[in-house]
Amino acid sequence: MPDHPLILTQRMEDYPADSHRLERYEATGGYSSLRSALESIEPEEIVGQVKESNIQGRGGAAFPTGVKWGFLASTTPRYLIVNGDESEPGTFKDRQLLERDPHQLIEGIVISSYALGVNRAFIYIRGEFPKSARRVQRAIEEAYTAGYLGKDILGSGLDVDITVHLGAGAYICGEETALLNSLEGKRGEPRIKPPFPAVAGLYARPTIVNNVETVSNIPWILRRGGDSYAAIGDQSSPGTRMFSLSGHINLPGNYEIAMGITWRELIYEIGGGIPDGKELKCWIPGGASAPWFVPAEHIDTLVTKDDVARNGSMLGSGAVVVMDETTNVVAVAHRIVKFFAHESCGQCTPCREGTTWLERVLGRILNGHGRAMDLDMLLDISDNISPGLRWPPAMTTICPLGPSAVSPVVAIMKYFREEVEAMTSVRGDR
Amino acid sequence: MTIPGTWTGPNQERARRLLAAYPSVPSAVMPLLFIASLEHGHLTDVAMREVAEMTGLSAAQVQAVASFYTMYKRDRVGRYLISVCTSISCYLVGADDVLTAIEDETGIADGEMSTDGTFSVEHVECIGACGGAPAVQVNYELVEGVTPGKGAALCRWLQDCQPAVVFGDEMQELFGGQRSFDWGPREREGAIAPVPAFGPYGSVGEDGH
Repeated sequence: MPDHPLILTQRMEDYPADSHRLERYEATGGYSSLRSALESIEPEEIVGQVKESNIQGRGGAAFPTGVKWGFLASTTPRYLIVNGDESEPGTFKDRQLLERDPHQLIEGIVISSYALGVNRAFIYIRGEFPKSARRVQRAIEEAYTAGYLGKDILGSGLDVDITVHLGAGAYICGEETALLNSLEGKRGEPRIKPPFPAVAGLYARPTIVNNVETVSNIPWILRRGGDSYAAIGDQSSPGTRMFSLSGHINLPGNYEIAMGITWRELIYEIGGGIPDGKELKCWIPGGASAPWFVPAEHIDTLVTKDDVARNGSMLGSGAVVVMDETTNVVAVAHRIVKFFAHESCGQCTPCREGTTWLERVLGRILNGHGRAMDLDMLLDISDNISPGLRWPPAMTTICPLGPSAVSPVVAIMKYFREEVEAMTSVRGDR
Repeated sequence: MTIPGTWTGPNQERARRLLAAYPSVPSAVMPLLFIASLEHGHLTDVAMREVAEMTGLSAAQVQAVASFYTMYKRDRVGRYLISVCTSISCYLVGADDVLTAIEDETGIADGEMSTDGTFSVEHVECIGACGGAPAVQVNYELVEGVTPGKGAALCRWLQDCQPAVVFGDEMQELFGGQRSFDWGPREREGAIAPVPAFGPYGSVGEDGH
């Protein structure tokens, strides 16, 4: 048993047969936070609790949610959008929250809407998750019937409506301003910031975009207090987080854990270690965008926002992808770069051209047509996308997609250069 | 804002609701493109013009949107669209072999459609099923923990049974393995076409409606 509460997953753990149904949600304390909020808590107080909790956005950027809320301009109408466009390779935690506990999210949305003075919310769910959308839509209908949504919620005078909007297969729509364009019926191209969505978002109105997991935490934070949330786990990144473990690992799946354990504990104890007794070669600590970690340097470092940042990477979307000793890291880097090349929206030249060239150069190395000069070329292209090859990256583009494609390239050149060289030496220069 | 009279009654009703569902009409473009795809089998030029007509956008604007997203199929697509995830986590545990097995069984290559229109096969980027890798979707209904053998068996089953509706839960029980998480009780909604089966624009129950 973990020494922290399961804020997000207790219900689905205890009641796997019906954790998504309204009756179960109500029977396990659901909608009590909303009821007490509407009866006796002022909106500003709720914003204060969320600030005090220091919960940080769970979509990848880890921006403090309370601070984001504080930026919301006062003009009306304003909107709340829940980002369920979960598409970062390796990540599948929001899908579980959407399918297994949709009322937790809906309660979070209504409380947040009350706190933010919002009457209209949207849940943007990626098109590849029709089942998630069906589950959420059914829960929304249950909530309308029960009086938790719609006009005059629980007799308080508050009106909140939620619309589920399905994406159609574009990773970039997880970027919040691309999501706004998509929801407006446009191509999902990121917008230049500022203005930030909190000032001019959906239909140029003040808009808050929060991740599914972030909003799902709100009922607990209100019930137990922001201070209780802030006391869980690590000071720099408090609360629990969903981690998605996948790749070469014995127990793949989602795990709700508090920050502060080591990577060794996460991979070998929680994840059950590497299949067939193989050695760990490396892992991606926070989704395909994140710079990689290797056992020699990182296995006993801590899983906290600050420790991971000090070590040059990020917890991102919470996706941990594990690779064993047999892994061809050039092939993996190629696969990840190919993803970003495919998903580049094409607006910014460094990203559009850079990801394409990285894919081609890695592809020819992989096919035995690599040249010795390709190693420098990979780094040169990478440096043109993301000057200095630092993390967090220096930006030459509107959004971080391009720099994300650089992460696997830098990783293989930094930790596995000999392997890359070996794959090019067969042919030599020409 | 004319809803095409040639559309089925239920789809006309869905379109009417969608056009009223958003604070701004063009926001309905994405769901309408899915309904138009259902009506025409795929997203034809006529279908895109119909959506333009309904939303007050130009045909060019609608085409610009349609061409941005991979799930709008502007070319003909088979009755069963088989999407094989070949992104990082699935790749690490053998997704390429699953794709090959499905190509071999259906006799069509990645990105193509069978001549009789039964299958389309495509590789796709991450579909958020990494804990149950390798993962496959049929008309966007998910199957996790698929082996090359099970992938081929899935194709044979589709070919033999020609189900009018495909249900993720049923395919998972028959051909799946490791799941990303406990899915909970079996659902009774599924897909009738290569369009994500979602109530407001085209999910159906076991009775086919």
